Amino acid sequence: MKSLGNIRRSFAPWTDPDAKPFITFRNVTKRFGDFTAVDDLTLNIYHREFFALLGASGCGKSTLLRMLAGFERPTSGEIILDGQDIAGIPPYKRPVNMMFQSYALFPHMTVESNIGFGLRQDGMPKNQIAERVAQMLKLVKLEKFAKRKPHQLSGGQRQRVALARSLAKRPKVLLLDEPLGALDKKLREETQFELMDLQQELGLTFVVVTHDQEEAMTMADRIAVMSHGKVIQVATPAEIYEAPNSRFVADFIGDVNILDGKVSASGNGKIELATSDGFTVRTAAGHAPAAGSAAGFAIRPEKLKVTRAAPVDASVNAAEGEIWDIGYLGDMTVFYVKLGSGKVVKASMLNAQREVEDPIAYDEKVWVSFGETAGVVLKD
Amino acid sequence: MTKLGSAIFSRLVIIIPYAWLLFFFLIPFFIVFRISLSTTAIAQPPYEPVFALADGLSGLLAKIGQFSFDNYVWLTEDALYLNAYLSSLWIAGVSTLITLLIGYPIAYGMAQAPRTLRPTLLMLVILPFWTSFLIRVYAWIAILKPEGLLNQFLIGIGIIDTPLIIMNTNWAIYIGIVYSYLPFMVLPLYSALEKMDNTLIEAAQDLGCPQISAFWKVTFPLSIPGIVAGCMLVFIPAVGEFVIPDLLGGSQTLMIGKTLWNEFNANRDWPVSAAVATILLLILVVPIVFFQNAQAKAEEQGR
Repeated sequence: MKSLGNIRRSFAPWTDPDAKPFITFRNVTKRFGDFTAVDDLTLNIYHREFFALLGASGCGKSTLLRMLAGFERPTSGEIILDGQDIAGIPPYKRPVNMMFQSYALFPHMTVESNIGFGLRQDGMPKNQIAERVAQMLKLVKLEKFAKRKPHQLSGGQRQRVALARSLAKRPKVLLLDEPLGALDKKLREETQFELMDLQQELGLTFVVVTHDQEEAMTMADRIAVMSHGKVIQVATPAEIYEAPNSRFVADFIGDVNILDGKVSASGNGKIELATSDGFTVRTAAGHAPAAGSAAGFAIRPEKLKVTRAAPVDASVNAAEGEIWDIGYLGDMTVFYVKLGSGKVVKASMLNAQREVEDPIAYDEKVWVSFGETAGVVLKD
Repeated sequence: MTKLGSAIFSRLVIIIPYAWLLFFFLIPFFIVFRISLSTTAIAQPPYEPVFALADGLSGLLAKIGQFSFDNYVWLTEDALYLNAYLSSLWIAGVSTLITLLIGYPIAYGMAQAPRTLRPTLLMLVILPFWTSFLIRVYAWIAILKPEGLLNQFLIGIGIIDTPLIIMNTNWAIYIGIVYSYLPFMVLPLYSALEKMDNTLIEAAQDLGCPQISAFWKVTFPLSIPGIVAGCMLVFIPAVGEFVIPDLLGGSQTLMIGKTLWNEFNANRDWPVSAAVATILLLILVVPIVFFQNAQAKAEEQGR
């Protein structure tokens, strides 16, 4: 069976119509004065899911998280957690914990007492607190730093303390607000995988807010792409990337070439699109817009092939152009090809070999081609 | 600027505060200390020995030989001084505590106020300084005296029948000190509370703390440097306060500032008043050192 990308694990409760969502936002709206931060949003998150809210700043993703934590109350709509409407429950009574973007570690407490803070609030017996704190310190590999104050730690260590503190109470849901935002690139990549392992190991539901698509793609089971208080698409990373439902999502995630045109023929799950650039795209389409309607066609740079010779296979889409610019990135080379109409498309090719004989150079005439299933017809 | 020039300049910059301390603190202190070791005399200046250039070295040494700690011994022999010191410390301590209890909510309210409103509130705290301190204390006489505004008001609304006697009691001194020194408490507290990261409170709530307990577990401990600074700024000048006990307090009010003034002006006993001042300074140096330590600690914490 063909699928979009490689699905990381056989975990997909959202495809099961009988599965009960763990967290439900139902028609949630949040307004601050005139500003609508979250706009009539409905969303389901499942038990043990690693769920990412992705969007540019101001899209409402943080507000959504803060409503889940209880710091903001929805203007209307309901938020259901594990079968219970939590809209009116104050943050200190919710079975969720949050890892703050700034970490919000208590500067006057040691690492130990930071991690044990929530447990002391719950009135857990002292010896049990000590045990749990030790366990948490081990989990985040900070056993040696128990007696330190936050200002004596590095950024990465603080991040771990914040994580340990938010996990110490064994919340039903862990909320992470830009958890890796303050770390440098190397550490961020390492920590991504640590977070994923941790989530698997503990079997918790994670909801993470991020503006970093790579982070969301790497870690999340599903991603909700948000814009202006609305969820535009909720899907697995592969679906989001390979089958964006809209121009916004296609454009927001990764690089994309979008060709606009009119549907000239439609049927058998295939359509023909006459693009405004003067050539015809034959492509498979998940949905079939009626002939004559306007449609956009999105294709990722790595799905385009750049060759000197015209492709022989007649079923392949091809257009002639001229190399406009070349960007060498090390792992791949990006070709900007100017089509006859003047439109520049981006094509990237992996540099699988160290040496290339007679590489394609500036101003050369080339063919850009792609197969019938390489691109996707956008719905709007 | 050349390297040498900038080196000289940086030295100079360091010298300025030291020179300031030398001329306006250390030298005056030595003059006071030297007078405290003298004996009174009906002369100008009213103490001896008095150094003169004509004495020569042997004369100077002979005069230094006349110095004695008799005045300090005298301070321990008359209970008046000990009582005045203790009473000053007590009045200053109680006033500082009241100032803290009033100032903390004010500072907290200011720090929680909308950002646009804060400069106005800050202005309102500083505003009384635009009027002379003396005039403000005199104004309290008009408020507190038996036929004053406060009593008229309370009688007017029928809470009391006979005027409250506040004027010329320690109550008036407490009111005067608390009123006068409140800004010195509010400002450091405000600056400590205003810096506070609100997400810390959210984190505490997230971990199961209701709002009030989050205040006591997070906000309050983090504002302790501000509390210490405010208390020192109120306590230290309040111990030596003279104007307020003199104008608002009664004749039986015992405060060291007043005692010192009496010794100096009424008794014209410069040496004893100098000894009183020296001991007062020593009493105050202890909290100042404590304050310095707390500040250094706070700075380390803030790093």
